[in-house]
Amino acid sequence: MRLLTLCLALWLLPGLALSQSLDDLVARLPLGDYADRAAVVDQIGRTGDPRAAAVLEALLDRALEQRNVDGRVVRVTGGRGAQTATDVLTGEDLGPVASRSTTAIRVNNGLRRSIRTALGMLTLADPDPSRRRAAAEAALRTPDAEQIDALTDAMAAEDDPGIRQALSWAHAAAVLASDAPVADRMAAVETLSSAPALTVQSALNPYREAADPALAQAVSRALDAAASRQAVWAQAQTLWFGVSLGSVLLLAAIGLAITFGVMGVINLAHGELVMLGAYTTYAVQEAIRTQAPHLFGWSLAIAVPLAFVLVGAVGVAIERGIVRHLYGRPLETLLATWGVSLILQQAVRTLFGPTNREVGTPDWMSGAWQLGEMTLTGSRLAIVIFALAVFAGLLVVMRHSAFGLQMRAVTQNRAMAANLGIRTGRVDALTFGLGAGIAGLAGVALSQIDNVSPNLGQGYIIDSFLVVVFGGVGNLWGTLAAAMGLGIANKVLEPWAGAVLGKILILIFIILFIQKRPRGLFPQRGRAAEG
Amino acid sequence: MTRLIDRRTGLFLAALALATLAAPLVLPTHLIPLMGKYLCYALLAVALDLCWGYAGILSLGHGAFFALGGYAMGMHLMREIGARGVYANPDLPDFMVFLGYDHLPWFWWGFASFPYAALMALVVPGLLAFVFGWFAFRSRVSGVYLSIITQALTYALLLAFFRNEMGFGGNNGLTDFREVLGFSLSAPATRLALFGLSAAALAGCLILARAIVTSKAGKVLVAVRDAESRTRFLGYRVEGYSVFVFTVSAMMAGLAGALYVPQVGIINPGEFAPANSIEIVVWVALGGRGTLVGAALGALVVVALKSWLTATFPDLWLFALGGLFILVTLALPNGLLGLAARFARPRPRAEVSA
Repeated sequence: MRLLTLCLALWLLPGLALSQSLDDLVARLPLGDYADRAAVVDQIGRTGDPRAAAVLEALLDRALEQRNVDGRVVRVTGGRGAQTATDVLTGEDLGPVASRSTTAIRVNNGLRRSIRTALGMLTLADPDPSRRRAAAEAALRTPDAEQIDALTDAMAAEDDPGIRQALSWAHAAAVLASDAPVADRMAAVETLSSAPALTVQSALNPYREAADPALAQAVSRALDAAASRQAVWAQAQTLWFGVSLGSVLLLAAIGLAITFGVMGVINLAHGELVMLGAYTTYAVQEAIRTQAPHLFGWSLAIAVPLAFVLVGAVGVAIERGIVRHLYGRPLETLLATWGVSLILQQAVRTLFGPTNREVGTPDWMSGAWQLGEMTLTGSRLAIVIFALAVFAGLLVVMRHSAFGLQMRAVTQNRAMAANLGIRTGRVDALTFGLGAGIAGLAGVALSQIDNVSPNLGQGYIIDSFLVVVFGGVGNLWGTLAAAMGLGIANKVLEPWAGAVLGKILILIFIILFIQKRPRGLFPQRGRAAEG
Repeated sequence: MTRLIDRRTGLFLAALALATLAAPLVLPTHLIPLMGKYLCYALLAVALDLCWGYAGILSLGHGAFFALGGYAMGMHLMREIGARGVYANPDLPDFMVFLGYDHLPWFWWGFASFPYAALMALVVPGLLAFVFGWFAFRSRVSGVYLSIITQALTYALLLAFFRNEMGFGGNNGLTDFREVLGFSLSAPATRLALFGLSAAALAGCLILARAIVTSKAGKVLVAVRDAESRTRFLGYRVEGYSVFVFTVSAMMAGLAGALYVPQVGIINPGEFAPANSIEIVVWVALGGRGTLVGAALGALVVVALKSWLTATFPDLWLFALGGLFILVTLALPNGLLGLAARFARPRPRAEVSA
């Protein structure tokens, strides 16, 4: 039977000598001795056929067998007595097989090495860049001198600079693992030292005690450089986490900077307005899921204006219905808005239920970027940018719009503004609405990183008040500085004090700070401050 | 000169005495601790009214003083369990054994003694209020800013007491108490005694608060509330009066907490939640700010309403509480007592301004 197959193969050979198809190569696998097989494996590795990797892996696992009845190479799976065969290339089910009816294709250590090299070459030549990158990174993690040639070939063929870089590191690691001359290995250390610090450490640590003193010295130098580089990047990462937390605080506080800072209204329902914004996002996504799933990527873009208008309208209603009657009585305002917050919470709980709601993240926001040695996640990055954009937008409205001018006029001198024909009641309502609308925007952003539940707002209300008071009431830049400062301080304290203790320390600091400077970091000066 | 016990206070004290004597005859035994709990809340409301109603200090952190008093009493009750706990350790409460403590932390020393614990229930909240008030009032932090930092204070304590490392039982708090001064906490007689003590404490603190507000210092406090700068310019040391009343108020809150814990059988960090402190404010506002008696009545009405609503219509409770806040601030600036006074007399009384 074997002879027959061999004859068949020999007969077919001339026509296929140049472009060996994978099918033929697989058929030739059982033939000859180990050296012949290694040659075939090598050829399989060079086909670049996407199905080839599975074949080689099966061979490595000793799952490839030859059927005695027709010489067909099949993959045999399942335990003794319950073995089934599938076609190794198509995956076609060939039914159960008795263990005596097939012959295993045997492998030895030499052949295994060839298979691994071929496998590496196959994935390194994969048309999909992300798989090529993964293969390069895998080769870097498990350096193998056998792969040097494959990596050299792959580097020459690669046209993506990032992957070529990864390949060169993998190549250097493989050279380092080989018994190449010391000069080559020193060069490899040099190449590797440009890799990310963690990679440098895992790749070079085994050679700290290298036999050659010059090499050992070069390795420890590279390791030290990597360690100090990593320390710097770790600080940068902490800073980034701080900025990211600061942006969240900024978003939560900035609406309050309008209602509390500019109008002097203590709005304890602010957190619930944020929560309404988050639920708006949820409702938009639900509608999109059921009505138009292809728009899901746009869900946040739709939710942003909707949340602004909807929550802003709620804000106007609160101002006209309740807050308007309580101007000049801040403590009563505080109580009434707390009542509003309880009602909003319970209303949402009744409508949507008390459990967390799932808000999805659009594809363009998920994922992460590598900046140097730190990771920037998409949603955090988006929130930082969004917070700064909202801040900038608010500044523009306050400084350069007629509405902003009227708003400042009314807060500075209500009677005079009224005399000049400004409808102060309308400006009050719109100002409160603006603050509420911004809370709604914050809700859209926070829905991406926090649990959307009726209690969402409770977690932010105290923080946002502290940010506004800390920064100086009535000062938007102060709010920005306070939010970022507190965010960063929190993240810096976290590693050595723990998250909760760090937060307590910050609270104590703010309590003491307000005692010292009751008007915050950047107090308002002049007449506006006297009111 | 205003009388120490005016007509309203006299009526309230008489009604309280009558109700306390009648309660054991009318009410089933299992309701007695509930009534005792209500009286503790009423005492807490009186404490807040003393500093908010008369000195204009709107504390959004009075729940913290209440809870600290409660923890002091809870620590004593934990020590009194002794070796009868699950782990039968005579020196360490169960949660400490569970968390792997090998000795009692220093701040637990002395709590095995009842007089020491009772003293601490007053001293710890009082000291905290004194230090906090000393810094705040001397820097002239007042009004809304003060409210916000008192809220931050109770929030910080909430976070701190949730930590297991603090040595106060983490989020489970202190519970499984057995007896106080050798009397079983589940015995009807003990419950009755605690109820009577709560009533006596309420009456006593009410009279003390009346004594403060009817004294000369009480007049200065009202002056501070209504025109702080003017009072200062007249030569009064405003911060001294404010610190004094804030401290006394915090100690009353601590006493309320100490009486509350043996009757409900548990104290946990949830008592520090800012929402609890704000709820106290609505009791006072509903009853009538600056009336003392009104505050106690407000607490009893709201708490009874809460018990009834959360049992019969659990979804409605927050709507009702929220609506109450809005209604009181918009329509009843002087609370229920103000409303009663308006019906009693044709001319409305001058409104208390914030």
